[in-house]
Amino acid sequence: MIELENLAYSYGGGELLSDVSLKLAPGSFHFLTGPSGSGKTTFLKLCYGALVPTAGHARIFGKDVREMTRDEIALARRRIGVVHQDCQFLDHLPISENVALPLTVAGRDVQAESQNLADLLGWCGLTPRAGALPPQLSGGERQRAALARAVILSPDVILADEPTGNVDWEMSQRLLHLLVELNRMGKTVMIASHDLGLIRAAKQQVQARVLRISGRRLQLAGADL
Amino acid sequence: MTVRSFAREMLSGDASADRVVPPSGFTAHLTLFAAGVMTFLAVFALALSLATGRLAERWGEDLAHASTLRISAPADQLGAQTEAALRVLETTEGVASARALTAAEQQALLAPWFGPDVPLEGLPVPQLIEVVETDDGFDAAGLRLRLATEAPGAVLDDHTRWRRPLVAAATRLKTLGLLSILLIGGATAAMITLAANAALSANAQVIEVLRLVGAQDRYIARAFVRRFTLRTFSGAVVGLAFGVVAILFLPAAQDQAGFLTGLGFQGAQWLWPLLIPPVAAAVAYAATQRAALRVLGALT
Repeated sequence: MIELENLAYSYGGGELLSDVSLKLAPGSFHFLTGPSGSGKTTFLKLCYGALVPTAGHARIFGKDVREMTRDEIALARRRIGVVHQDCQFLDHLPISENVALPLTVAGRDVQAESQNLADLLGWCGLTPRAGALPPQLSGGERQRAALARAVILSPDVILADEPTGNVDWEMSQRLLHLLVELNRMGKTVMIASHDLGLIRAAKQQVQARVLRISGRRLQLAGADL
Repeated sequence: MTVRSFAREMLSGDASADRVVPPSGFTAHLTLFAAGVMTFLAVFALALSLATGRLAERWGEDLAHASTLRISAPADQLGAQTEAALRVLETTEGVASARALTAAEQQALLAPWFGPDVPLEGLPVPQLIEVVETDDGFDAAGLRLRLATEAPGAVLDDHTRWRRPLVAAATRLKTLGLLSILLIGGATAAMITLAANAALSANAQVIEVLRLVGAQDRYIARAFVRRFTLRTFSGAVVGLAFGVVAILFLPAAQDQAGFLTGLGFQGAQWLWPLLIPPVAAAVAYAATQRAALRVLGALT
């Protein structure tokens, strides 16, 4: 699915990641941890083609990011659902249209998929809020709406950056449950989080591997978690 | 892109692509206003070009085929010299016809300068002969030589002397009018580009969200391009209406002022200004498309 090979990334100041190699297999479930500022968000961006590695290779669905056109990256994003830490929406459109946005931009018939959309909103507990505008939502509702938007095209991979950052424990459990459900349906899931409690809770439900970024390198964390 | 698919995209539209960009009231009105003003100006520049074009053509044609022969001689020789000159003209190649003006006609020509009350009969007025040339024209130098021997008092005026600068001035004015239209088009493109850039940066978050969920540049650009193209078109239609009404209400050119031919359109020329709104829309389309793809290309 997504393959990183001896990848390095540096901003103007200096190297943030170096010599990172990883293969995301279909149906796998990964956590990505590390202190804040260690490069978790950068790592995810490299995985969905928002950043191009400064050295090494990143391959998305078998294609090197460096050789992909902007349109090819756009098409690849339809197969990768992304949930940002601070989810952004089109603030002038109601939640239901925001969640359906990937269908709209892909040129799919939104009317024909209205039942799917309704089911998805129900599954995320957003049915009563379907007509609300994004600024009217609570933090947890925004996270769930972002997750619904990320999965509506039934992507192969879901990348979530601190999806439980702004929500309480109960809500984070619900979100985690949604992601575990998606993983059981065969989706590849990677969650960047520094919430160890969340990772422990996940390990009871799913076979999850934990990756840690430390000292610019990506390491497989031990079984101590 | 064919004209038809372009028109379909603009008119039927992709309502969803339009909706993803939030509506913008104030700047929309500014674009409308600017497009209207530019069209209004373009209508006048066009009218100027066409009118001066007509003028140059008319002067060129009418005057090229007419000359005047003026015979100044003592009163007792005037008749004989006039007849001699007419005989010369009849045998000159390139002269279609030659006719001595009657006394009444000459008087009518002079009346505007002297007033109707001055008795011209008593004045030694030269005799005028109107010469109409064939399309090929005659050899003016040869004719002058022959006239010098047959009718020494005859002076040939083939009008070239004062026709040329007038035609040149009219042609220059026409060129200036066309240049103005080009400049108006360029200014419109610049203005739309600025407005589109402003709209693109104001909607940076929208673009980021669309990009994240897999929208291709073409889709994102279309929302902006369609909006600016339609706005420019409607602004241009309003400007065209005002411009045409203004031209219609110009005081009609009187017979006395026929020299100025009247600024405006004649006959089929009325179709020309109708081209302005589609052309303005095409300019807006190209300008927005370029601006949008450039801005989007710079993003990740």
